[in-house]
Amino acid sequence: MKSLEDLKKMRESALKKVEMREGGKTYRIVVGMATCGIAAGARPVLNRLVEETAKNDYDCLVTQTGCIGMCTYEPIVEVYDKDGNHTTYVHVDPHRAVRILQEHVGQGHVIEKFTVEAARKAEGNV
Amino acid sequence: MMEDIAMHILEILMNSIKAGASLIILRITDSLDQDVIKIEIIDDGKGMSEEMAAKAADPFTTSRTTRKIGLGLSFMKGLAETCNGTFKIDSQLGVGTTVTATVQKLNIDTPELGDIGEILMESIQSNGDIDYEFDYITDVNAFHFDTKMIRETLDGVSLLLPEILLWIKDYINQGIEQAKEEDTQ
Repeated sequence: MKSLEDLKKMRESALKKVEMREGGKTYRIVVGMATCGIAAGARPVLNRLVEETAKNDYDCLVTQTGCIGMCTYEPIVEVYDKDGNHTTYVHVDPHRAVRILQEHVGQGHVIEKFTVEAARKAEGNV
Repeated sequence: MMEDIAMHILEILMNSIKAGASLIILRITDSLDQDVIKIEIIDDGKGMSEEMAAKAADPFTTSRTTRKIGLGLSFMKGLAETCNGTFKIDSQLGVGTTVTATVQKLNIDTPELGDIGEILMESIQSNGDIDYEFDYITDVNAFHFDTKMIRETLDGVSLLLPEILLWIKDYINQGIEQAKEEDTQ
């Protein structure tokens, strides 16, 4: 059962987390949620990202954006790390979304083969 | 893509967000007695002129500039017509827009309601500054949700934290289920 009491507890733990975070910096994950992204399956990806982040307490925020002009590569997930470096993952499904959280957000390793650069290279389209 | 009623509602919520609404009200009246599901989406966004509102459900009408097709309202109108219901847009420039659709609850073409908690979570997440009210009303019961109350409880902590978004989704779906259960008793 979910109750309003839960919210108070979540508030406390969120405040503690912010205190512990150095300089207020955190990972930011952005999911393309325009019509092209949704049609390609961005909603299950977004939902899985939110669920896994909450479950495993990853230090990141999950947000949405519109169409970024690469509709053929949707669903697209962009990861901004704590230093502002930016990685674009393409053709993301819920399974890849979990790996992105585990390896990139959890351990700081970019998964090269899921990136837009790798996808373009595979198509001979660099 | 449009396999349930929730998907149609999400499209209209996205319209309200793009119209610059600061408050969006979603009201679902689910009545077995009257054999009707009524969906109302009320926003205080920029609204439409009478002329635009009259043709807004035409798929070749849209306010966006990237392409000349807009399907959200036309799909919802199609849903209402298929399911023996009604469809209406009331809008006033500078005041806001209200979209009202009904479907026959026990019509064979009426799809499932779908995951209302999820679409509200997704809408809230797409812009953390907008407030939402949600009502689910059955013949004997009602569930009410209001982001203003959530914000007060959170007192400065963002609604957009993953654990809070998930809580919102589960809390809404739990409220709907409870209202339904008590309805069948």
